[in-house]
Amino acid sequence: MGAHLILRVVAKLLIPLIFIFGFYVHFHAKYAPGGAFQAGVILAAAVIVYGLIYGMDAARKAVPPWAARVGMALGAFIFAAVGFVSLIFGENFLDYDVLHPDVEHARGQYLGIILVEIGVLLTVTTVIIAIFYAFAGRSPEITEEEW
Amino acid sequence: MVDFTQVFDYVLMAMLLAIGVAVIRLKNLFAIVMLTGVYSLLSAAWFVSLDALDVGFTEAAVGAGVSTVLLLAAMLLTARDCDHVGAARHWAALAVTVAAGAALFYALPDMPIYGSGDTPANSGVGMDYMMRTGEELFIPNVVTAVLGSYRGFDTMGEVFVVFAAGVGVALLMGLGGGKRDEEDV
Amino acid sequence: MIEMLGERFTYAVIIILMMVGLYALIATGNLVKRMVGLTIFQTSVFLLYISMGKVFGGAPPILPYYEIKNDSLDPTALYSNPLPHVLILTAIVVGVATLAMGLALVVRIREAYGTIEDDDIAEADYSLELEKGV
Repeated sequence: MGAHLILRVVAKLLIPLIFIFGFYVHFHAKYAPGGAFQAGVILAAAVIVYGLIYGMDAARKAVPPWAARVGMALGAFIFAAVGFVSLIFGENFLDYDVLHPDVEHARGQYLGIILVEIGVLLTVTTVIIAIFYAFAGRSPEITEEEW
Repeated sequence: MVDFTQVFDYVLMAMLLAIGVAVIRLKNLFAIVMLTGVYSLLSAAWFVSLDALDVGFTEAAVGAGVSTVLLLAAMLLTARDCDHVGAARHWAALAVTVAAGAALFYALPDMPIYGSGDTPANSGVGMDYMMRTGEELFIPNVVTAVLGSYRGFDTMGEVFVVFAAGVGVALLMGLGGGKRDEEDV
Repeated sequence: MIEMLGERFTYAVIIILMMVGLYALIATGNLVKRMVGLTIFQTSVFLLYISMGKVFGGAPPILPYYEIKNDSLDPTALYSNPLPHVLILTAIVVGVATLAMGLALVVRIREAYGTIEDDDIAEADYSLELEKGV
């Protein structure tokens, strides 16, 4: 347990900051560089750092594989659902103007982009976590001496 | 006239070329994977100098971060070194590369002048987005506006591609910790 | 000729970078190194797209917030082209997803054949067919 003590302490301090930065990048994307794709990767990177330093079992406890599986599908579903909502209200697919009555100030567009970006964030985060689980879950067949 | 950012670009180009040649010559996979991460980070710096802040951000997070982790994980599960390749394959690679490169260089004079604002690529729909986003959507970051709203259907396709890739990896390798794995333990 | 090349020097360098990636892709039998070559090739294509949207003297495509608020946008302001940025932004994320897919296939090949050098894989396939007497 004493091994990598500095890494563990630094990671414990860093991981919350990485999460906050990820959410900042996501929610500030309209005013500054950033967006759901980048934020998703940063959030997934926080989980990857946690898994690399504290072990895969701890990471699987924090974000269980079933959550990654559900999140992938849910994010893509949210994106498509926004499109179908505007279709149901009689507009074109993914035309966000129907989502809010205040068309003059493009509030519907604001709302649509926020909803769609939540879907993107969910899919990208969980897909990258799932890919990491898939690769890290296998034990290497090569012995350490071959290094 | 050569301004400071141009000099910065030339330095980046030289470093990228050096890394590319090193990747071809090296046999140790660990060194190759690490150099790929450096390549991505340098190209992220170049993206920023080309005014593509969002792209540089993404490349730094994805290319230098996540892909390096994935390549390291794959290397850990497969092999440490490359085998020696015969001269025949090097000559074949050279022939293909020279042919493809010659075709691209032949097309080079038809490319627009670098950095000019009135090329077909820059004067058309891209500038139209630039003008309309402020008036129609009131969103400062035009890249987010185009990504989410104007070209939302494209983005939906991309999200589904990412989803499909995630499903594909899960099908090939399993996520670990699923019901079947618990039964094995 | 020299003038033409001088005006398009960036594109020429990016083409050479693409060819370096292509060479690394072909001149190896190792499947992981082949994925690395593909990544270098892909990143160079991204650079080609982004460099085409660059406008000298232009700002990054982010409008000033207070000008939007006051409806006083400057129509003469010069920005780089945002459209290639949008295309490449999503392409990078899709690129890492497909890279993961390819690496997963490589790992499965290693488990099935015990090697990731394509000569050995072809030999294993061939000897299997010889055993069957095809």
